[in-house]
Amino acid sequence: MAQTLAAPNALHVRRANRVGVLPAMIFLVLALAPAGAAFGPESYVLGLFTRVMVFAIAAMALDFICGYGGLVSFGHAAFVGIGAYAVGILGAHGITDMLVSLPAALLLSAIFAYMTGTVCLRTKSVYFIMITLAFGQMAYFIAGSLAPYGGDDGLTVRMRSTLLGFPFLQNDRTFYYFVLLSLFVSYLVLRAIVYSRFGRVFRGARENPTRMATLGFDVFRFQRVGYVIAGAVGGLSGFLLANAAEFVSPAYMSWQRSGELIIMVLFGGIGSLHGAIIGAAAYLLIEELLGGITEQWKLIFGPLLVLVVLFARGGLLGLADTIRGRFGRG
Amino acid sequence: MSTGLFVVQVLNGLQFGVLLFLIAAGLTLVFGVMDFINLAHGVQYMLGAYLAVAFYALTGNFLIALVLALAAALVFGLLLEFLVFRHLYDRDHLEQVIATFGIIIFLNQAVKTVWGAAPLTLPIPEIFTGSIVLMPGLLYPVWRLVIIASGLAVGLLLYVLVSHTRVGMLVRAGATNARIVSALGVDIRRLFMIVFGFGTMLAAFAGAMIAPILSVEPGMGDTVLILAFVVIVIGGIGSMRGAFLAALLIGLVDTLGRSFATDILRLVMPPSPARTVGPAIASMLIYVLMALVLYFRPAGLFPVRGR
Amino acid sequence: MGTSKLLTTVAAIALFGAAGHAQAQEKLKVGVIATLSGPPAVLGQQLRNGFQLAVKNLGGKLGGREVELVVEDDELKPDVAVNKAKGLVDRTKADFVVGPIFSNILIAIMKPVTDAGTILISPNAGTSNFAGKECNPNFFVTSYQNDQNHEVMGKYAQDAGMKKVFLMAPNYQAGKDSIAGFKRYFKGDIADEVYVPLGQLDYSAELTKIAAASPDAIFVFLPGGMGVNFVKQFRQAGLADKVKFLSAFTVDESTLPAQKEAALGFYGGANWAPNLDNPQNKKFVADYEKEYNAVPATYAFQAYDAALLIDGALKLTKGNTSDKDALRAALMKANFTSLRGGFKFNTNHYPIQNFYQVKVAQRADGKFETQIDKKVFDGYSDPYAKDCPMK
Repeated sequence: MAQTLAAPNALHVRRANRVGVLPAMIFLVLALAPAGAAFGPESYVLGLFTRVMVFAIAAMALDFICGYGGLVSFGHAAFVGIGAYAVGILGAHGITDMLVSLPAALLLSAIFAYMTGTVCLRTKSVYFIMITLAFGQMAYFIAGSLAPYGGDDGLTVRMRSTLLGFPFLQNDRTFYYFVLLSLFVSYLVLRAIVYSRFGRVFRGARENPTRMATLGFDVFRFQRVGYVIAGAVGGLSGFLLANAAEFVSPAYMSWQRSGELIIMVLFGGIGSLHGAIIGAAAYLLIEELLGGITEQWKLIFGPLLVLVVLFARGGLLGLADTIRGRFGRG
Repeated sequence: MSTGLFVVQVLNGLQFGVLLFLIAAGLTLVFGVMDFINLAHGVQYMLGAYLAVAFYALTGNFLIALVLALAAALVFGLLLEFLVFRHLYDRDHLEQVIATFGIIIFLNQAVKTVWGAAPLTLPIPEIFTGSIVLMPGLLYPVWRLVIIASGLAVGLLLYVLVSHTRVGMLVRAGATNARIVSALGVDIRRLFMIVFGFGTMLAAFAGAMIAPILSVEPGMGDTVLILAFVVIVIGGIGSMRGAFLAALLIGLVDTLGRSFATDILRLVMPPSPARTVGPAIASMLIYVLMALVLYFRPAGLFPVRGR
Repeated sequence: MGTSKLLTTVAAIALFGAAGHAQAQEKLKVGVIATLSGPPAVLGQQLRNGFQLAVKNLGGKLGGREVELVVEDDELKPDVAVNKAKGLVDRTKADFVVGPIFSNILIAIMKPVTDAGTILISPNAGTSNFAGKECNPNFFVTSYQNDQNHEVMGKYAQDAGMKKVFLMAPNYQAGKDSIAGFKRYFKGDIADEVYVPLGQLDYSAELTKIAAASPDAIFVFLPGGMGVNFVKQFRQAGLADKVKFLSAFTVDESTLPAQKEAALGFYGGANWAPNLDNPQNKKFVADYEKEYNAVPATYAFQAYDAALLIDGALKLTKGNTSDKDALRAALMKANFTSLRGGFKFNTNHYPIQNFYQVKVAQRADGKFETQIDKKVFDGYSDPYAKDCPMK
């Protein structure tokens, strides 16, 4: 870490002490959104919020290794892409049943995470960032060279995943709730892992790897397991993205996408799972709203990012804390 | 495939390597010395090219345009340092990544707003428009030789500055332990500001020099950025020598890969798939190289500090 | 704080919904989707400008109905494009969606737009799958089928008696299609077939290969910045005098401002050039240059034609867009005077048009443009139409 001029561990990490008031609110809002959407351009709003949830899952996975584990991965989008391609490639061969494509997505991402993690986790700090980026780029180029599966052009997903032959995800509303369920389950699973014994070692490895090693833990093994978990959850996000967009493209894996995921994590507040959800929502909704105002929206968005980093340490949740603290509540 | 062709391709690879070094030099300085991940290096490179185009349109003289572009880039770099970067030195790498990412987004859009989205160009200065005969039927523009010379000159300059001057010594010391240097009465803030300004100028210099042979367009810094980072990481962060050697290595691997990958593959597979798998492998080659180097040497080829 | 957050979110959702309903129903809503960010933004801008110019010249109306134009940036990201397309269909309730520039975006948005019954008109991307087996009644193309411009150069090289040609394109689907298109007509010797990584900057290695092969000509498809880089380096390497330069989408009005003299005399294959001699085109070029201070490229004129196509069709249906069958039939008639002269739709809704070999030249006012040299194909249809089930 860059520590030339300040105390160590300058990263503002939220301690997830509160159980579920804010997260519960988030899930409640998401559950009620389709009701509100029915009063307007339903397909569009549902599509937008579905997208938010899909990326929220990927952001949570990234937050897990980044915020809790201290592993800044610049290649996280590769897992999303691999999950998406699992759906696309199986679909191109006529296999649409999610009992096949979902495990395939999870498994393939996990394998990729295991193999690349074995190499990446031997490095530290900025080398880790760069090598995860390298593997992300490799995945991107490989996907782009798969000529029978569209290559650089991408591949259309003819129909959404079916369950035992039933195309129950074709309906946008049903699909929305399916994604919401996936988000909820991922959230609970990741949360359980974070507070488990494994999670404590994993988090301890971020704070002080030497101490962990002295206590007898194989830090490398623990980090790799965490990395694989994050990869698998990223694969889930990809599975859902392929179904949401009904299209699969190497663009899902570019380093710019990985960068966007990092931004989502930061927006919400590093080190908080529900923060990642908020961050994903904030990023995508700002992008959508600003884009509607002006074509030059990036002129505003760029400096906004800088300002968030400089002043909103701890992201939106950190801001909320400050406001709450200022008004003396809780 | 003749030896002559092979030799020329090796030369091409070395030339590309020096080009990469010229681009990465500024980043090595900032990153290596201040441990600051400056993703904005790519857009500083782009800005140098655009400023050179703009000043050339005003003055009609390449040299004057170059000097003005460097001056403007320096001012811009110092401004950026003062407004944004100096608050980020003690922050986590993650936050540096995001803040500089924000600057990339902003500048790519700003450049498009000011100069338009269409690609622009800069002509080669009159005296250097000649070429030498590299092999029968192939000319090599003198300007490329000028770029190589400037790349080598920059390398030499940095080497001398960092190892043999007082400022260089302070910079190296400050990178190792800023607090002590500060306690010894040296203004670390000003030192870092100087280093950063210089790094920006180097990036802009590379952009301006390369503009006559490449397209000047929004986003031109993004590809270059990744290449520069790969160079530095393979070379070892903080090592000027490492950056130079890594740049040459990458230049060679990339060029020879592109030249011969397809031919090599044709030995083991039919020509049609070889033609498309070859370039795919060639694009990935530098990343594979980086992964290999980091696997065996997790801190690069010539790590400077134990971190 | 939790409750107020909930209320604000619900309010936001409701507002989204309300915005959708607040639009008047008599206006004709057209959504334009193109790449307006990143290096290829200049192409999206030309598309948008061309369409807007047409609407302006028609008094802000198409087919007598006032036009409400919504422009969306697909950012060259297929999943973003899908979302924006859904927005155009669902929120804006567009009657027509015009765009995109890039093939992969086209493939991504085809389903969300046409499944909803909205007419999609592409003024640039024209992939082979939608020309053949996957042709779609709601899809119309005012540009060409992607292979055709490359075939032009292939035929030209064959007719000109060239013996040895060196081929180069980027390593992605459009690149492979371009080489395939060229080879469909050129039966001579292929010196080498090189695919370069997308976005490659330095072509020293490839230029060395070209010099070593000593071909009569090279054929390249290198869009955008790649074309600028290659043309400059090709000229600087002294190869321009020895090797004929044939291309498609590599030396056009979007890249010529950067390529300048380096591209002089280079050949391209196209369905149009700014100097195409007919009164409506001359007016278009003059208007475009006055309005946007740049020479128009094919992206602009094809978008202009798209607007004319809509205008002509609506004149036939008397402004009615609800009877989809009638609208489609009216569009098929291509009831407009195209800037390129002759224009007809084939059964697959792709154009039947002339193709030319064009040459880069410098105008009296110093600007660079492509100029028509020779007609290569007369009333030419794409080779995939026979696979299309629509008759």
